[in-house]
Amino acid sequence: MIAWFAQRLLQAFAVVLAMTVIVFVGVNVIGDPVAVLVPPDADQAERLRVVAAFGLDRPLWQQYLSFLGGAVRGDLGRSFVFNEPALRVILQRMPATLELALAAMLLSVVIGIPLGLYAGVRPNSPVAKTMMAGSILGFSLPSFWVGLLLIMVFAVQLSWLPAGGRGPTRELLGLQWSFLTLEGLRHLILPALNLALFKISLVMRLVRAETREIIPQDYIRTARAKGLGESAILRVHLLKNILIPVVTIVGLEFGSVIAFSVVTETIFAWPGMGKLIIDSINLLDRPMIVAYLMVIVVLFVVINLVVDLIYTALDPRVRLEN
Amino acid sequence: MPTLRSTAPDTAAPDLAAPDLAPATRRTPLQRFLRAFAASRLAVLGLILLCAIIALALVAPWIAPQNPYDLMQLDIMDGQLPPGSVSATGMTYWLGTDDQGRDMLSGILYGLRISLLVGLTSALAAAAIGTTLGLIAAYAGGRTGTAIMRVVDLQLSFPTILVALMILAFLGKGVVNVILALIIVEWAAYARIARASAMVQRRKEYIEAAICQGASSLRILFRHLLPNCLPPLMVIATVQIARAIALEATLSFLGLGVPITEPSLGLLISNGYQHMLSGKFWISFYPGVALLITVVAINLIGDQLRDVLNPRAQA
Repeated sequence: MIAWFAQRLLQAFAVVLAMTVIVFVGVNVIGDPVAVLVPPDADQAERLRVVAAFGLDRPLWQQYLSFLGGAVRGDLGRSFVFNEPALRVILQRMPATLELALAAMLLSVVIGIPLGLYAGVRPNSPVAKTMMAGSILGFSLPSFWVGLLLIMVFAVQLSWLPAGGRGPTRELLGLQWSFLTLEGLRHLILPALNLALFKISLVMRLVRAETREIIPQDYIRTARAKGLGESAILRVHLLKNILIPVVTIVGLEFGSVIAFSVVTETIFAWPGMGKLIIDSINLLDRPMIVAYLMVIVVLFVVINLVVDLIYTALDPRVRLEN
Repeated sequence: MPTLRSTAPDTAAPDLAAPDLAPATRRTPLQRFLRAFAASRLAVLGLILLCAIIALALVAPWIAPQNPYDLMQLDIMDGQLPPGSVSATGMTYWLGTDDQGRDMLSGILYGLRISLLVGLTSALAAAAIGTTLGLIAAYAGGRTGTAIMRVVDLQLSFPTILVALMILAFLGKGVVNVILALIIVEWAAYARIARASAMVQRRKEYIEAAICQGASSLRILFRHLLPNCLPPLMVIATVQIARAIALEATLSFLGLGVPITEPSLGLLISNGYQHMLSGKFWISFYPGVALLITVVAINLIGDQLRDVLNPRAQA
């Protein structure tokens, strides 16, 4: 187990290292760093001065090593726009994104599991069939367009909920959270729902498929035969067995929720990392782009590692294979 | 219930073909495939819709009420008119106009061209590259195979939108760059599927026979392995085309995709975004409907293909 974990950790480390190379090559070889650093009307002497100041005249591998050295010390460059260390700006925005992603995951589980259970227990009822058809739509609908529709209906037409922003926040554990204030919670509903829509369909379909597989099993029949109530069967025998795959999928999807928050944050002007990267790309704030990519790579590698660990802990078969 | 189907080897969809099992065995595989596909009315509807959409996109320059790229034809005074308005020249804007006074119907027809072009080109190129690399990984095995699959694993562990975002952050926007980004994002899925089914196929006797007859590796890869790996690849290709179209729209919406001079559906939606808050919904709404119909049509076809081409149902 420890050997497996060490190997897995080494792999994760290799992935991060590989990504630093890709990001470095992408920014410095495919893109032109000088063009971003030097104003277009600068003369040749000015260009050379900037090139020397940033060490862009050195061989590429030396530049890469100094980039790597900086990254290890947490120095990913200064943002041109904010004139602050890029990493600090990103870490300031991260709680907003995490809050949105967690809210979306919560919604997808809270809505997806009951719907999936219903569709699995009564697969032939018209309601279940409508839900399944609806879930296909949930997969096909472009999420950014759904976000616009949500704004149009609930913010513009009905004026029930705010169209964007994060609302007032309150501090907890040293970070600012929206869900602790009523107004913040109202701001959270639409973006979280938008981000969750795809995952609700996913969780619902998964739970339905698992339920239909488990219902005909012997232990369910035994439970019925000994006179257990239907709700007790669902709660104790069915739900427990469904939870393992659901936990795995939800864990794996957490990364993709963070990725897709780029879209949701842009639509709802949610001040998180995702909106930051889009703004940075449009403003050509290169240190910011590099820092964001490195943070997201580390985040993903950690998520994948944690999901692997949980999976191994939950399912002994995976442990034995290794 | 795939296990039950295995008793009727020649029928992919036994519910339909079961009554006339005997004649079904005399049909060519293509005929059997078409009959099984047509068993789902929804899938046929999807196919009809898709053909209609492609036809509309192809003939857009001849049927669109105006050329949305020709600034001479646009009148800024006609900006943001609701659907059904009539212009000073007597032209009816069935779906309204955007802030430039551009007819939305024409904009959508031309936007479909860009969306389909980007989606289909990138999906086909990614299919060619991914399939070839997947087949090589399966056939060559060893270090080459491991190296290819490592890259595939690395890439698939990151969500597509992030990879695309990263590539476009390096390359900058533009139609060609978006296509490139989508190819880079998508090839890995094809490679994984191609390798998985080629691994099964390469152990079969016909491959051994081909090797014994001295067929070249190239011939075995493309004449023997590829045709037998096609069914799962076709399923993934439909899914990937739908995804490519949706992803292009998303990237364009974020301002990282196609340039403003060649608006795709995503960019049209993005243009209407700011007017949404003042209640002018049509600028974003109708391009979104066109996008939705396109993606749903392709997904309906893909769903049925998955059922018809399911290897477990044919085994």
